[in-house]
Amino acid sequence: MTREGNQHDEISYLRVQGRYRGIFAWIFSTDHKRIGLLYLYSIMTFFLVGATLGLLMKLELIAPGKTVMEAQTYNGFFTFHGVIMIFLIIIPGLPATFGNFLLPIMIGAKDVAFPRLNLLSWWIYVFGALLALSSQFMGDGPPDTGWTFYAPYSFKTTTNMLPAVMGAFVLGFSSILTGLNFIVTIHRMRAPGMTWLKMPLFPWTLYGTGWIQLLATPVVGITLLMVAAERILNIGFFDPSMGGDPILYQHLFWIYSHPAVYIMILPAMGAISEIIPTFARKSIFGYRAIVLSTLAIAFVGYFVWGHHMFTSGMSGTALYTFSILTFFVAIPSAIKVFNWVSTMHAGSIHAEPPFYWAASFIFVFMIGGLTGLVLGSLATNVHVHDTQFVVAHFHYVMFGGVGFAFMAAIHYWFPKIYGRMYDKGMAKTGWLIFFIGFNTLYLPMFYLGIRGMPRRYFDYLEEFHGPNIISTIGAVVLIAGLFMILSNLIVSARKGEKASGNPWKGNTLEWKIPSPPPPENFEETPVITRGPYDFN
Amino acid sequence: MKHIMANKNNHIVPYRTYVYVLLILLFLTATSVIVTNIELGTLTVTTALVLASLKSILVFAIFMHLKFDQPVYGIMTGGVIILIIIVILITFLDYFFR
Repeated sequence: MTREGNQHDEISYLRVQGRYRGIFAWIFSTDHKRIGLLYLYSIMTFFLVGATLGLLMKLELIAPGKTVMEAQTYNGFFTFHGVIMIFLIIIPGLPATFGNFLLPIMIGAKDVAFPRLNLLSWWIYVFGALLALSSQFMGDGPPDTGWTFYAPYSFKTTTNMLPAVMGAFVLGFSSILTGLNFIVTIHRMRAPGMTWLKMPLFPWTLYGTGWIQLLATPVVGITLLMVAAERILNIGFFDPSMGGDPILYQHLFWIYSHPAVYIMILPAMGAISEIIPTFARKSIFGYRAIVLSTLAIAFVGYFVWGHHMFTSGMSGTALYTFSILTFFVAIPSAIKVFNWVSTMHAGSIHAEPPFYWAASFIFVFMIGGLTGLVLGSLATNVHVHDTQFVVAHFHYVMFGGVGFAFMAAIHYWFPKIYGRMYDKGMAKTGWLIFFIGFNTLYLPMFYLGIRGMPRRYFDYLEEFHGPNIISTIGAVVLIAGLFMILSNLIVSARKGEKASGNPWKGNTLEWKIPSPPPPENFEETPVITRGPYDFN
Repeated sequence: MKHIMANKNNHIVPYRTYVYVLLILLFLTATSVIVTNIELGTLTVTTALVLASLKSILVFAIFMHLKFDQPVYGIMTGGVIILIIIVILITFLDYFFR
């Protein structure tokens, strides 16, 4: 069928000469692998900007009162940080990069169903990103609403809201088209013999994610258009003085944005489900339970948006309904965690860098998940609502969940993508520094939140000073770890030791083709006869 | 890819059917505009949604070929519609009981 081992002399997707040369051979390529890398480089660039803004905010919070910026600048920074991190990084994060690169390979296809549409998705992403970023440099100052663009402030503020709102609107199209492409690809292009229950778990999570991208994203698109219409035409959808309802905005926004959390986290869980069996040298425990929990998360995730609005003034009936539904969605997430841990149990653990990231993902994700139950419970939510506790929870789930899984994924599939191996010692040291920095940064924020320090303020009372110093030190340590990790990967992509076709002894299809893969992935279409995690 | 995408049982819909459906859609659109002149109270939104749903069903079934395609696509579309209905119902748990 296909060959393993060193195949560097063959033409890989990195070297193939097409119609265009240089950068044009990338930005006009319809090869799913090149498009995956286009997303990777775009996302990493924006991530460095977002991380810099985050570090500057933590420096501002190192002491009460003004330290490095004015209050209005801080407002602009947390808005910009949120817009970049959410809309430009963690929503497209794993699906657009690793999904694009790996989905066709993992299901035995030569490309996605609609390659040109795939390239168009990246172009739309870039256009939307530039539109959103332009809001910082035009008009009457950067937006200051936070990434949620809450009405009525978002249509009353004099800051430059429209480009940011329309940028998020355009970015939604990229997400929808990617989701559509993945759904059709999975339905129509699986290799012969790859029945639904022989499909690896990462494509399964991309399938669940695709449905959320397709069905939930239009809701936020319409909502953002309504905000734009409010600003331009003064219609009154969300304006109480004109008979509108500001809570309607929150409903519409979170009808998308809570399922969007699962757009972010499901592929992360999929990547972890690939990594753990490989490094435990053991078949995944409860394959069907993981598949069902993936679909259950995607489905139940549509009905829990109201837990973001417990203090908004909703009816009591809605409050306890949303609270109960929120507890339901914790069940399939917990099923996955138990399955990962059970997979590791009695396995032959190989402690390589991707495994460190995957194991620490479970740790930080558990902290994020369990503190989520504090927020999903009505009484405790009211106590910690809009405090630093929420910020800590959110970063444990999103940065801890998606960020750690992204790092696990890049360290796992790096030799496949570039055909080279990174310095494993440096990767482990980078992980350790990052992990220490991450927890030092965010753990104190739980304490600050419970003590009552609100989020989104550039100033605070003296009693909150100590934990804020610790948190800022954590941010600096985290950034140091990040630079170590990135420099290792960037240098190794060009100068690393050549990697074999299957350095981790993985069992899914991507490990059965050369590294880096040839332009159309497979010389012959593979025929699937065994399950994806059959290590016997 | 051709062998994957090709459908062996393409159903040809006569142009006459398309024209009939178009006329029905135009009639329903006109109805939804005219009906706004009638004071229907709490039924105003319901009426608008029913008319819009009828139009959507016609577009799904005829123009998008759901009526003639494999049942699985009809089931998937139905599932999506049920999902949207549940979302709207949950939203109204707020508005009806506020």
